[in-house]
Amino acid sequence: MAIENAKSAQVGLTGNSAVALAMKQINPDVCPAYPITPSTAVIETFSSYVADGEVDTELITVESEHSAMSAGIGAAAAGARVMTATSAQGLALMWEMLYIASGMRLPIVMTNVNRALAAPINIHCDHSDSMGARDSGWVQLYSETVQESYDNVFMAVRIAEKVKLPVMVCLDGFITSHAIENMDTIEDADVQAFVGEYEPEVSLLKESELPTTYGAMSLPDSYMVFKKQQSEAMSGAKKVVEEVSAEFAKKFGREYGLIDSYKLDDADVAIVIFNSATGTTRVAVDELRKEGHKVGVMRIRLFRPLPHAEIAEALNGLKAVACLDRVDSFNDFGGPLFNEVRSSIYDLENRPKVISRIYGLGGRDYKVSDARSVFEELLKIVETGTVEDTTKYITI
Amino acid sequence: MTDKDNNEEFPAGGVILDGGNADGYETGGWRKLKPVLDKEKCTNCLICWVMCPDSAIIVEDGKVVGFDMEHCKGCGICDVECPPKINAIKMVSEEEAD
Repeated sequence: MAIENAKSAQVGLTGNSAVALAMKQINPDVCPAYPITPSTAVIETFSSYVADGEVDTELITVESEHSAMSAGIGAAAAGARVMTATSAQGLALMWEMLYIASGMRLPIVMTNVNRALAAPINIHCDHSDSMGARDSGWVQLYSETVQESYDNVFMAVRIAEKVKLPVMVCLDGFITSHAIENMDTIEDADVQAFVGEYEPEVSLLKESELPTTYGAMSLPDSYMVFKKQQSEAMSGAKKVVEEVSAEFAKKFGREYGLIDSYKLDDADVAIVIFNSATGTTRVAVDELRKEGHKVGVMRIRLFRPLPHAEIAEALNGLKAVACLDRVDSFNDFGGPLFNEVRSSIYDLENRPKVISRIYGLGGRDYKVSDARSVFEELLKIVETGTVEDTTKYITI
Repeated sequence: MTDKDNNEEFPAGGVILDGGNADGYETGGWRKLKPVLDKEKCTNCLICWVMCPDSAIIVEDGKVVGFDMEHCKGCGICDVECPPKINAIKMVSEEEAD
């Protein structure tokens, strides 16, 4: 659904429409794209904005996602503001180029609508696509709602261009991408004022600098230096995400942290989770709180870089924590969220017990009752002091 | 890119900010064979100068005076391209040349 005139107004939009609207309001220079379910509507809607002349964007319809990211890298190196969207197999096909985009420090912004990776082939939500790309050097923002997906796209542009790293905005396939939610839009002029002009320090098409070379070979005398620079840029991204989010909150009234804690302050046990399943978990928290149990939930919004200190601080004092991964690492030791949260809190003096629960793969429903079962397991761990299953599949 | 003492200052993403810098990348260390010029035979036709992929034929006043050993990779194209009737360039092993 294409939106005609964006004003600051409350509208009902799907996640995909909201992301496409955000892209229209940003008006990027180049959008190389190869549509794939469930992110197809982002590109479909955006292409209608292009066809209607509502944006100046050069939409490049390429022959594969590998080409989409390759074209994006070329355009970004030339100095263009580049945006695209993908999902699952499309992200997997981009793999080689994801690392090149980050290694070349190109601030490409890509929406990844989370979908399960084949095989077996499946089009529904889980996080196996973006979790596999977690070490590709992209900043990763995870969005709980349609509103947050829309807002994150604007912030992603600012973050990417400040830290010179590509940013991936993730939202849940179908659950968020295809469900209509009430949300607030931002006026076009306010969007433009927020994202500003993209002025790269160096680029192939910058007239003042001739000539430059991108993507040259770097051997043992220099490769590691570039990786260290990249690592430092990623570390520094945390502060930039905080600053950009704070500026966004000041201008538009919606606050987003690196993590989002709900009733954690006095909690004994908590679930740590990503994206849309957080709302379901909050309902379980409210129910159990009414029944007198001190439970809470933490949502990770920024996963790359990992806000490890913030995670440790927020979980300090708890007795048991369950990390719910919508992906398996196939390592016999839980999902990525489990491993990274568990590692983040290792230095706490009285660290909570941490368990891994893998849920919702390939779009399997995660219900309030599932969250309740996990909380009940956690409360039992606190009561007995023993963990029966460190890792387990649930919702099956 | 070759200032190893100051490598923290490398431009982000490995961007090379100036042109013509291949000159600063010394490829002579790859060489197994080196060209030797017989100035008596050479007619200064400059076919070797045209064909050398590394611009390693040194020409002064229209005459071949030698080879840039910091960039000559020893590929032997100059030897092959030197007209057979002239045959002024010969590829020899580094030890043999010394």
